[in-house]
Amino acid sequence: MLCDICKQNVATVHLTQMVEGKTKKVDLCETCSKDKGIDDPTGFSLADLLLGLGAAQEMAQAASGSELKCPSCGFTQADFKKSGRLGCADCYTTFAEGLEGLLKSMHKGTKHAGKVPRLLQQNKNVTEKLNGLQKRLEKAIAEEDFEQAAVLRDEIKQAREKLDSLTTG
Amino acid sequence: MNIHEFLIPPDQSCKRPGPHDRIVMSSRVRLARNVKGMSFPGWAKKADRLRALEAIRPAVEALGQLAGGFSESMDNFGALDKQILVERHLISREHAAKGVGSGLVVNREETLCVMINEEDHLRMQALRPGLQLRSAWLAIDQIDTALEGKLDYAFSNELGYLTACPTNLGTGIRVSAMLHLPALVLAEQINQIIQAVNKLGLAVRGLYGEGTEALGNVFQVSNQMTLGEAETDILERLNKVLLQLIEHEENARTTLLEKKPKMIFNHIGRAYGILANAHSISSKETMNLLSLMRLGIDLAMFPGIERWLVDELFILTQPAHLQKQFSDKLSAEERDLLRADMLRERLRHVSRPVAKLPPAQGNKPDKPASSS
Repeated sequence: MLCDICKQNVATVHLTQMVEGKTKKVDLCETCSKDKGIDDPTGFSLADLLLGLGAAQEMAQAASGSELKCPSCGFTQADFKKSGRLGCADCYTTFAEGLEGLLKSMHKGTKHAGKVPRLLQQNKNVTEKLNGLQKRLEKAIAEEDFEQAAVLRDEIKQAREKLDSLTTG
Repeated sequence: MNIHEFLIPPDQSCKRPGPHDRIVMSSRVRLARNVKGMSFPGWAKKADRLRALEAIRPAVEALGQLAGGFSESMDNFGALDKQILVERHLISREHAAKGVGSGLVVNREETLCVMINEEDHLRMQALRPGLQLRSAWLAIDQIDTALEGKLDYAFSNELGYLTACPTNLGTGIRVSAMLHLPALVLAEQINQIIQAVNKLGLAVRGLYGEGTEALGNVFQVSNQMTLGEAETDILERLNKVLLQLIEHEENARTTLLEKKPKMIFNHIGRAYGILANAHSISSKETMNLLSLMRLGIDLAMFPGIERWLVDELFILTQPAHLQKQFSDKLSAEERDLLRADMLRERLRHVSRPVAKLPPAQGNKPDKPASSS
């Protein structure tokens, strides 16, 4: 049996925990268990380890009857069911999974096809240009076309400066 | 200056002409926007709403397009003031219910109106008389572009402008027009038409938007979908449908005049009779009868009388506008009396409708002759 974290070493530490009435098991190697500070099993949350930070909190809420909660504004799925409105812009990320079907049923598509704030649009355009230049530069260097590489390097510098001025201004 | 001194008197605002204003009473384009990093107004705490208002209001007030306009916090309006703003279609009924932490900015011409902390941080709209969707869109697009330089909008490349309600997500746009469709109602074609329009993904609503009755045969037609389609495509699609609705209404008028002239004359004649002679009349009955009189004016049955006379009365006879003219608090019954007084006075110089059958029909021997 391999370690659940590094997936390389043989697991020697075996932990079992009850979450939401279900038994969850985790198997770790010596090194990983020390890294995670699992010397004291009582102060350790299995869910945290498996699902990342904050997951245990979520599960505790789920177990106590509440649901998914927006980390930015504290809005829950139950609130949405009640009002049909979301709490903040980040709720679209928090509840993305649940919203997908809803959006599909109420709109023409699920990808925005209209106006984009000018600053973001310019930003996007410059970033795309920069990526293109970078690729051409790599190619020029590979082909030892240093004259062309010098030109590209100047263009990249310019594009970078533009991007900086856009993001700071 | 208070809002009443600011607002353009209806006798002036109703005289503004617009394309197709025989049928299209007004056009409107509304955009919903939110500021990044702040909860939506419906979920935000009072202190957060105030913070949002403090950040947004100066940015809106500073726009050149709103110079010389009117700006006020919603808690500084009385209930009557708010109702008057609703009756003028400057704010939504939802916004009228707001107080501390919400605001309103209107330009001098009353063609641009920005609601702050309604359902979204920003609900901005451009209004035009008649059918002028494109002009309204260009105006509000300009305001939006000017504001995005000052406010950091909540926007995602995938989902577009992020709004409190997922129904506004993406473009956040609501394009709408108010149509006066009395002939389609009289010809009993309106339900069929509404169903057909609904099938095209467009909404048909009453005079004051969502969940309201189609008083005075006035219908609001608007787009429903906001995500996955560009603003100008949404607008063009609605415009096409509106042009078709105008044609249907005109056709219904012609057909009714040809086939059932007596029915039309009867409705219009009675409407005039009641409006010009009643001593007590409700707001609802007034609107429905004024609609018929408006149709009579369109059909040249009131020579020398222009449409704005009816359009002005349409506004002045509504409860809050009526109440505003009298200092004492009026009961509904008292309002009905005063409304009737006003109508009798205003229509004193309007002659009885002229009912002339169309020439081709008028000579038919089997039809009874019309009164001249």
